[in-house]
Amino acid sequence: MIPVEFFFVLSALLFFIGFFGFVTRRNLIAMLISIELILNSADINFAVFNRILFPGQLEGFFFSLFSMGVSAAETAVAIAIIINVYRNLHSDQVNSIENMKF
Amino acid sequence: MDYSYVFLILLLPALSFVLLGLAGMKMSHKLAGMIGTVVLGTVFCLSYYTAFEYFLVQGRGADGLFPTITTFNFTWLKFTELLTFNIGFRLTPISVMMLIVISTVSFMVHIYSFGYMHGEKGFQRYYAFLSLFTMSMLGLVVATNIFQMYLFWELVGVSSYLLIGFYYPKHTAVAASKKAFIVTRFADMFFLIGILIYSFYVGTFNYDLNAAPDLAGKVAHVAPLMPLALFLMFIGGAGKSAMFPLHIWLPDAMEGPTPVSALIHAATMVVAGVYLVASLFPLFVHYAPEQLHWIAYIAAFTAFYAAAVACCQSDIKRVLAFSTISQIGFMLVALGVSMPDAELGEVAKTVEYADGNGLGYMAGMFHLFTHAMFKGCLFLCAGCIIEAVGSNEKAYMGKLRKYMPITHISFLVCCLAISGIFPLSGFFSKDEILVACYNFHPAMGMIMSGIACMTAFYMFRLYYVIFWGQSYYETHINEGAKKPHEAPACMTFPLIFLSVMTILCGWIPFGHFVSANGLSFDTHVNWSVAITSTVLALCAIALATYMYIGEKTPVADKLARKYPRLHQAAYRRFYMDEVWMFFTHKIVFRCVSRPIAWFDRHVVDGTFNFLAWSTNEAGESIRPWQSGDVRQYAVWFLTGSVALTLILLCCL
Amino acid sequence: MANLVMFCILAVVIIGSAIVCVSTKRIMRAATFLLFVLFGVAGIYFLLDYTFLGAAQISIYAGGITMLYIFAIQLVSKRTLQGLQERLHGGRVIAGCIAALVGLATVVVILLKNKFIDMAAQMGDQEVPMEKIGTALLGSDKYQYVLPFEFISVFLLACIIGGIMIARKEDKK
Repeated sequence: MIPVEFFFVLSALLFFIGFFGFVTRRNLIAMLISIELILNSADINFAVFNRILFPGQLEGFFFSLFSMGVSAAETAVAIAIIINVYRNLHSDQVNSIENMKF
Repeated sequence: MDYSYVFLILLLPALSFVLLGLAGMKMSHKLAGMIGTVVLGTVFCLSYYTAFEYFLVQGRGADGLFPTITTFNFTWLKFTELLTFNIGFRLTPISVMMLIVISTVSFMVHIYSFGYMHGEKGFQRYYAFLSLFTMSMLGLVVATNIFQMYLFWELVGVSSYLLIGFYYPKHTAVAASKKAFIVTRFADMFFLIGILIYSFYVGTFNYDLNAAPDLAGKVAHVAPLMPLALFLMFIGGAGKSAMFPLHIWLPDAMEGPTPVSALIHAATMVVAGVYLVASLFPLFVHYAPEQLHWIAYIAAFTAFYAAAVACCQSDIKRVLAFSTISQIGFMLVALGVSMPDAELGEVAKTVEYADGNGLGYMAGMFHLFTHAMFKGCLFLCAGCIIEAVGSNEKAYMGKLRKYMPITHISFLVCCLAISGIFPLSGFFSKDEILVACYNFHPAMGMIMSGIACMTAFYMFRLYYVIFWGQSYYETHINEGAKKPHEAPACMTFPLIFLSVMTILCGWIPFGHFVSANGLSFDTHVNWSVAITSTVLALCAIALATYMYIGEKTPVADKLARKYPRLHQAAYRRFYMDEVWMFFTHKIVFRCVSRPIAWFDRHVVDGTFNFLAWSTNEAGESIRPWQSGDVRQYAVWFLTGSVALTLILLCCL
Repeated sequence: MANLVMFCILAVVIIGSAIVCVSTKRIMRAATFLLFVLFGVAGIYFLLDYTFLGAAQISIYAGGITMLYIFAIQLVSKRTLQGLQERLHGGRVIAGCIAALVGLATVVVILLKNKFIDMAAQMGDQEVPMEKIGTALLGSDKYQYVLPFEFISVFLLACIIGGIMIARKEDKK
C-alpha cells in the first residue's frame, strides 16, 4: 500500500506550484488556473485523509465533492468578471485593474 | 368599592396627547379642539364620579378615616429586592381633592381656549400640550411613591416649558420658557437628592404612612437624616411653587397664552409644591417640625414680598402672577405652622389635634382648593380683557365695566373672594389659615393678617384700574383705538362656572373631607379673627377705592413721586432678577463655567482630537500597503501563515 | 506494488503538468496542461477506490470547467488571449519561488513530523458502494448531506444568475 505521506507531499507540491503560478502570472485567466491547482491539491488531501485515515466514513469524500461544485461556480463567476474587465479595460493584465486600491 | 375605571383618568389625556401630537396637524382646528375638550370632559366626569364614590358613597372606614386605596400599582423598575419603583394610582382625600381641582380648571381652560386661541397657528399643538400637562399633573397627584411623583413632576415641568414657549417666534417667550425650565430644574436637583437620600436610607420610595404599615418603623431607624431629606424635597417644591428666592420664573412665565397661565401657573402646577409638603406632612410633623417652621417663615416672607411687588406692577398678568406667589405663600404658611401633638410628638389621632395643631394642614388644602377656582377665574378674566384691548398693560384699559359686563362681575366676585370677604370661598379658607397662624404664634398671625390686607389692596387696585378709571378707548377713539367688546360665550361660560364655584365652595365642610390626621371635624369660624381680617380687608378695599376709582389717581401718583426709589424698587421686583443675574453671570459663569469650559475645550477635546489625529496619521502611513495587487496580498498571507505555523511549531 | 507504480506515474504527470501549466507563456497551453493535471487527480481518486469522486472530477472539472476556460479564451479575443505572450518578471519569479519553497518546506516538515495512523488496510481495495453514497447525499440524518447538497444547488443557481448579470453587455443608454 502507498504510504500516506506520499499523497501529502504530492498535494503540498501541487499547492505550492499553484501558489507560485498565482504569484508570478499576470494574466487573470492564468491566475484563475493556478487557483484551480490549489483547490485540487486541497481536494486530494480531503480524499486521502478520508480514505487512508478514516476508512468507512465519508466526510472527506463529500467535502471534495462539494468543493468541486463550489469551484465550478467560482470559475463561472470569475470568468464572467474577467470578461467584463477585459471588455471595459481592453486588457486582462492584473496591473490594469490596480486602480481598485484605496 | 370598584375603582377599576380610574386608570382612564390617566390614559385618556395621554392618548389624546399622542393623537393630537402625531395627527393634529392633519386635523382641522375644530376637530382637534373637540377631541381635547371631549377627552377632558370625560376626565372631568370621571373625577367627579370618583370623588362622589370616594367621599360620599364609600365613606369612612371603621377607624373613622377615609381609606387609602391603591387601585393599581405595578412594578416598573426593580433596583433591588427592597427598592422597586412602582407606577400606580392611589386615592387619598387630598389626591381626590386634587383630581377635582385639576379636572375642573383644566376642563374650563379647554373650553375657554376654543375662544381664546381661535385661529392661532399651532392650535392643535396647543391642545396636545394641554392634554400632556393634564395627564402629568393627574399622574403627579395620584402617585403611589415619591419617585413616581418625581417622574410626573418633571413631566409637568416639560409641559409648562412647552406651553410657556408656545409663541416661540417671540424672543421673550423663548427666554421665559428657558428660565422657567432651568430654575425649576435647579430646584428639582435638590428634590432628587432628597429622594435619593430618603430612598437610600429608608429602602423604599413609599412615603404614605397610611398605605404601608411597616414604613413608620423603617423611617424611625433613620430619623436623624429625615430633616435633611425632607427639606431638600421641599426645595424642589419651592422651585415649582415659586417660593422666594426661586420665584423669578413665575412672572416671566406669563409670556405663555393666558389660559395656560390660568391652568398651570395659577391653579395646578404651582401648587405641586404645596401638595408635596401636604403628602409628606406626617413625616414632616414627626421628624422635621423645625424644618416645617422654616417653610412657614420662607413662605411668609415670600407672601409679603410678592404682595409688595404686586402693588406696583403695571402688567395685569404680572400682578396676578405675584398674587399667585403670595397666595401659595399663604398655603405653605398654613402647612408650616402646623405642629406635632404636644405629647406624642407626631400626628395624633384625635379630633382635637385636627382642629388644633393640625388645623394648618386642612387650611392649606382648603385654600389650595378655593384659590384654584378664583385665581383660575381671575386669569381667564384677564385673558378676556387682554383679548379685548390687545395689551397686558393697565394703561390700555380703564372703564371696561361698560363694555364687558360678564367679565366685570366675575372679576369682582373673584377679587372679593381673594380679599377674604364673607360669604365667598376665600373668606373661609383664609380665615382658617389665619386661625392656624394665631395658634402658632400671634406675631405670625398678625403678619399674615397684614399680608391678607395687602392682598385686598392690590387686587382692588387691579380691579379699579381695569374696570374703572379713565377709559383708554374713549380718550383715544380718534386715534383708531379698538372698541373693547365682551368675549364670546365659550369664553364667558368658564368665567361664570368658576365664579359660581368660588361663591359656593366656601360652604363645603372641608374639615369633614380633608384633615391632618384624616379624622372628621367641624370647621368653625373664629369670629375674632374673621372680623379683624374682614375689617382690615374692607379698609384696604376702601383705600384702593379712594386711590384708584377716579379718572385720575392723584394720591397714588403723589405717593409714587414722594417715594420714587421704593416705587421703582417694587416695580423692578426688588431687583431679585438682577441679583440672580449677578449671581449666575458674575459668579457661577465666571468662576465655575469658564474653567469647566476651558477644561472641556482644551483637555477633553484635545485628547479626542489627538486620538483622531493619530488614527488619521496611522491610516495615512499604512495606506500604501493596500496596493490593489492581489498577488502581493497572497504573498503576505502566506508569509503570515508560515510565520504563525513556525511560531506554533517552536512553542509546542 | 502496482499501486505504488501507478501512483508514481500519476504523481509525475500531475507535478510535471502543473509546472508546465504555471510556467508556460501561452494561455491556451496552460489550459491544456490544467486538463492533464485534473485527469491526474482523477487518477489519484481512482487509485484510492473513490470511483464516483474520480468520475465527478472528470465530468465537472475536465468536462465542465476546462471547457469554460477554453471558451472564455476563445471568445474574448482571438488575437490577445489565444496567442498571448506573457513576459515573466525575473525578480517576481524568484520571490515567488522562494515564498513557495519556504511554505512547502514548512508544510512538508509538519506533515512528516506527525505520525499518521494508517488504517487503509482495514477496508481493503473495494470501492464505496453507490447506494451508500446516494443515501448519504440525500439523507437528513447525522453524517448525511442533504442540506449542503441543496445549498450547492441554490448556490449554483445564484452563480448562474450572477455570471449572466456580470458578463452581459451594458445597455447603451
